[in-house]
Amino acid sequence: MSGLVIEGEVLIEAPVDVVWRTITEPDQMSQWFADRVDLVAEPGAHGYMQFGDQGGPVVVETVDPPARFSFRWNHPRGEEPVTGNSMLVEFTLTPEGDERTRLRVSESGHELLARPGAEKQRYADEHRGGWAEYLDRLASVLAKRRPG
Amino acid sequence: MTAPADDKLWSAIGDPSRRRVLDLLVSHGEVSASWLAGHVPFSRQAVSKHLAVLGQAGLVSRRKHGREVLYQVEAGRLDQAARAMGDLAAQWDRRLATIKRLAEAAHAEAKKSESPGT
Repeated sequence: MSGLVIEGEVLIEAPVDVVWRTITEPDQMSQWFADRVDLVAEPGAHGYMQFGDQGGPVVVETVDPPARFSFRWNHPRGEEPVTGNSMLVEFTLTPEGDERTRLRVSESGHELLARPGAEKQRYADEHRGGWAEYLDRLASVLAKRRPG
Repeated sequence: MTAPADDKLWSAIGDPSRRRVLDLLVSHGEVSASWLAGHVPFSRQAVSKHLAVLGQAGLVSRRKHGREVLYQVEAGRLDQAARAMGDLAAQWDRRLATIKRLAEAAHAEAKKSESPGT
């Protein structure tokens, strides 16, 4: 899987430290991500996530409380997730006042991560609308061209 | 749960040059590799490579027309890709909504226990 980028954002009416705990504590993660999460939020920590009857390893990359948290996973293959075989999920938390937090997430594959910084930025800018939008646009152009 | 994503498909559209080729095929219909090469800033050889990758992903099909080979987008496959991508995006929207709900509930709970009686 390469270069795939999914981006999302949500505004949460809670302080940044509360949001941080929600996305990094295993008992919380098991409510929004996997069914069961064995993970310690420390850089380089190896953990495990269970989804229904399938599961796979996960490796924590960045832990910078309460601003950045990222982990790498490659469900459903179950190999050890390293650069090149896995997806990187990155969370960015930005406080907007004392009781409001902007949470951004991106999920990307290895091709994008291997790009130099400036190119990565340009690439991200080009696709701010996201892949879904790109493909939807192509599909609709095509539909208009097709007779009937 | 994330559906097992289609690696070939995602790596095919993951490359900006290939998306350029795909864009041209979508807007111009059935065209030859030489025509494409005249409309992109990379070589005829690169165009052929990109067409091969797009072909392996099922996004583009080829057909002989006299002495020429013509390429066109496989509409069904493109629709399928758009839907799969939309599903992945929707999945993250759901996760973010759950995170929001959990964090806001935890915050409300903490505020309540901080100031009992108000």
